[in-house]
Amino acid sequence: MIAKACGELKASLEKYLATENLLREGNVETFAAPRRLVAVATGLLLRQADATREVTGPPKSVAYDNVGKPTRAAESFASKQGVSLNDLYTISGPRGEYLAFKQVTPGRTAHAILAEVLPRVIQEITWPRSMHWTGSSGPRFIRPIRWIVALLAGKPVRFQFAGLTAANVTSGHRFLGSDKIRVTGWRDYEKRLRANFVIVRPDERRKKVQRELTTLVSRRGLRVHDDPALLELVTYLNEYPTAILGNFDDEYLDLPDEILITVMRGHQKYFAVEKKNGELAPHFLAVINLDRDRKSLVVAGHERVLKARFADARFFWQADQKCRLADRLPKLAHVTYESHLGSYKEKVERMRATARFFADHWFNSGLHQAHVSDADRAAELSKGDLVTEMVREFTELQGIVGGLYARAQGESEDVAWAVYDHYRPVGLDDPIPRNLTGCAVALADKLDAICGCFAAGLIPTGSSDPFALRRAALGIVKIILERKLPVSLSSAVDTAGRNLLAYPPKITLMPDIEAKILEFILERARYLLRERSGFAYDEVNAVFKAGADDLVDAVRRLEALKAIRRTKNFEPLAISFKRIRKIIEKANGTGSQRPKVNPELFEEGAERELYKSARDAASKIDVEKRAGRYREALEAIASLRKSVDRFFDEVMVMAENPAVRSNRLSLLGELLREFSTIADFSELAPEEKR
Amino acid sequence: MKLKVKHEASEKGLTFQDLIFRLQQFWAKRGCVLQQPYDVEVGAGTMHPETFLRVLGPTPYRVAYVQPSRRPADGRYGENPNRLYKHTQMQVILKPSPSNIQDMYLESLAAIGIGLAEHDLRFEEDNWESPTLGAWGIGWQILFDGQEITQFTYFQQCGGQDLDPISVELTYGLERIAAVLQDVESAYELRWSQDTTYGQVRLAEEQQFSVYSFDLADAATTRKLFQLYEKEAQRVLSGYQESSPESKLRYPILPTYELCLKCSHLFNQLDARGVISTTERATLIGRVRALACRTAADYLDQQALVQPQGRPENPVPSAARRGVRS
Repeated sequence: MIAKACGELKASLEKYLATENLLREGNVETFAAPRRLVAVATGLLLRQADATREVTGPPKSVAYDNVGKPTRAAESFASKQGVSLNDLYTISGPRGEYLAFKQVTPGRTAHAILAEVLPRVIQEITWPRSMHWTGSSGPRFIRPIRWIVALLAGKPVRFQFAGLTAANVTSGHRFLGSDKIRVTGWRDYEKRLRANFVIVRPDERRKKVQRELTTLVSRRGLRVHDDPALLELVTYLNEYPTAILGNFDDEYLDLPDEILITVMRGHQKYFAVEKKNGELAPHFLAVINLDRDRKSLVVAGHERVLKARFADARFFWQADQKCRLADRLPKLAHVTYESHLGSYKEKVERMRATARFFADHWFNSGLHQAHVSDADRAAELSKGDLVTEMVREFTELQGIVGGLYARAQGESEDVAWAVYDHYRPVGLDDPIPRNLTGCAVALADKLDAICGCFAAGLIPTGSSDPFALRRAALGIVKIILERKLPVSLSSAVDTAGRNLLAYPPKITLMPDIEAKILEFILERARYLLRERSGFAYDEVNAVFKAGADDLVDAVRRLEALKAIRRTKNFEPLAISFKRIRKIIEKANGTGSQRPKVNPELFEEGAERELYKSARDAASKIDVEKRAGRYREALEAIASLRKSVDRFFDEVMVMAENPAVRSNRLSLLGELLREFSTIADFSELAPEEKR
Repeated sequence: MKLKVKHEASEKGLTFQDLIFRLQQFWAKRGCVLQQPYDVEVGAGTMHPETFLRVLGPTPYRVAYVQPSRRPADGRYGENPNRLYKHTQMQVILKPSPSNIQDMYLESLAAIGIGLAEHDLRFEEDNWESPTLGAWGIGWQILFDGQEITQFTYFQQCGGQDLDPISVELTYGLERIAAVLQDVESAYELRWSQDTTYGQVRLAEEQQFSVYSFDLADAATTRKLFQLYEKEAQRVLSGYQESSPESKLRYPILPTYELCLKCSHLFNQLDARGVISTTERATLIGRVRALACRTAADYLDQQALVQPQGRPENPVPSAARRGVRS
């Protein structure tokens, strides 16, 4: 948020300075610390260049009499413009000679301009949430503005904003610095603030934190638990960040790392500390907004707070062990999943059935680590943690807590990890579940969410997606693709749909809604393949047009298409396919109801040749396709280029004779159908458009 | 003892009751009316009408009071060192918010004996929102060596009404502050007075209310009570608009607000009992909010009748007008 505000501050200041012609070769840099946003412009002109403009007056013929004396017309022009007659001269234009003079507008000073511009620059920064503080007619900002420093070449730029007058006085660290520091310019500002315990540059603060964190632990043979987001957070939370090392009692190490880290990070913004072997050490690193912990009061305070937090977590852990996950199912009956879709208990029943379907199908497809009973058990336990104290307190640990409890309560590793992972992936960069059972439960969960919500009419629109169904669909795609799972999307959706009918709420998923769901999932797949896997949009469209029910297969075809696309025969062939499609569409219909090709009706050699080479290619392609050798299959298609080209060179499709014409259309129709099963080439954009 | 405290009992830090005295004195000197806790269950000092209703409308006001606040879900049977079914807040409202308010707050910490340069004290972004009250504000949580001790909020909206002027709300968590001052690890070890502990005063209450709200409260009865209070509030509210201007002047808006508070507490009770789902939660919150917003709108309407032309009903205390700093 602050980084974004800095970007906006820079952009808006640069825009105004450029509009006012004040920024010749300089630039604007911005910095932020908790109580200040800073913009520094270098290379500013102190005054705009004068602007000169030629003002044209009356024609010379009117302005001077026949002896060359200025007339009243000339006099009145001069006096109106506020110049003397001597300043006037004549210019010649296409319509004769005219009076003119040079009007010079003196450039304004940068001081004057900045005094106008800076209030606007402040107002133009946008915030996710802003506030009033001087009443509803006053400005909005992220927090009240309490002072403004504006200096140009050592002199204050005076302007009013939010009841304040900009001046040359700033404030240092709230407790360690002075609150009245007079500054003369940027260098002086930075220097004096440092002396008053404010480091203005975020980069410098970040480095200070990193250095101190590392120093504190490395001398003990430990290392910092890496957390870039937390580092960024503490960089912007402190004016003068200093790292301190605190300890906690060994006994808390009994709690799982996930919980310890969440407590340290989430509530307290502490870095966890690890031993060389990755185990957590009983220490934490806090970043404080002081130069040092003078009397060790701070570390004692932080230790006390963390101890209480850990005690709380332990209370939750122990309270939760009183009731096994499996015994929590009845409680889930009281937790509504969604008002149309019943309780979590009912959702769990549906998930179990769908997870069993996947495990069964995968086992039969040769994935022998897939076990129906494990998938069923993991799905059964998956939502139990929603009614635990721990998840109530740390909602971000849902799933994870369930997995930890499952293990602690003697479930198998496979089931425990499946529960642990089943919300995954929660984003593009989040890993998928680590085992097949987890994949089955995760798919069942996400499909149930999508199918249930779609059936209940809760379909995402625009930016509104309250049930995060897009993320669920992306998760489905990611799991299938990364694990290369044999999944037919249509039968998966169909199964989830049937389970919505078989179990409460017993609603029917209509076929048109099923089609919408498939398209919804495929849209996410297209997105992932384009944005993440780097396939061109038209390649993705071409392959998906030929079918993408099996996403893993679709990606194989996509890879083959991408590889062959650069070869010389391919692009022209793609253009020919587009032409074929147009011809057939123009001739009304896709050719599906056309009679079969009748070789008897061929008149030209070129059509006979195309027919024959297509036949030959087709059987070869069939073999390659069955073997999954899409590259070879596509090469066989590309080899048709010569015959296709010759056909179009020599044959007139729309022949006079209706039977011949129809037969030629049939030939093209078959060609199109036959060779569009890997990818629909007519979807490919010509090279220059890509 | 680690803290330098300018108090006779400095050896062990201020007692719980001395802490309250000090803060009350501090804010009274700065023009606050010292109010008393509200005598209906509330989840936070904000719900006291001295905050919820006073921040509405144009009239300046300064008030401070202690508010015992009930959060049934936070009960721990008296077994957790600092999670409490009922904790004690010191609530301060300054309307409009003075420009040196952060400094005033820090002075109040100094007044209770906190040495600012020796501790990690920070204002961290924390925007407060109460969906049940239709209220939100922008502000900070104030962390003292990693412990949240105060919520600092510039109120922007309350009961669905945009606020003008903007009030600032300071909510001190008294148990936490006292624990820091007395250097004890559990709220129950706090010295309430010189010779009585917090545990002696409050432990039984924590135990019994925890048992009641987690284990014993009858969900159906609680739901029923919610409905009854809601219905009564709606019934009374529905009469306001039709009343004549004269009867509007003394129409019972304040009692309906109390009914709304009852609903809010019963909702918290149901929540602690673990019987409401996420969606039902949203619905119940919406129902309480509807009452709160209606009350706020009618209150404003009524105030306009009571004090037309924005003539202040409560003149600003003179100290507040002068913006006295001690």
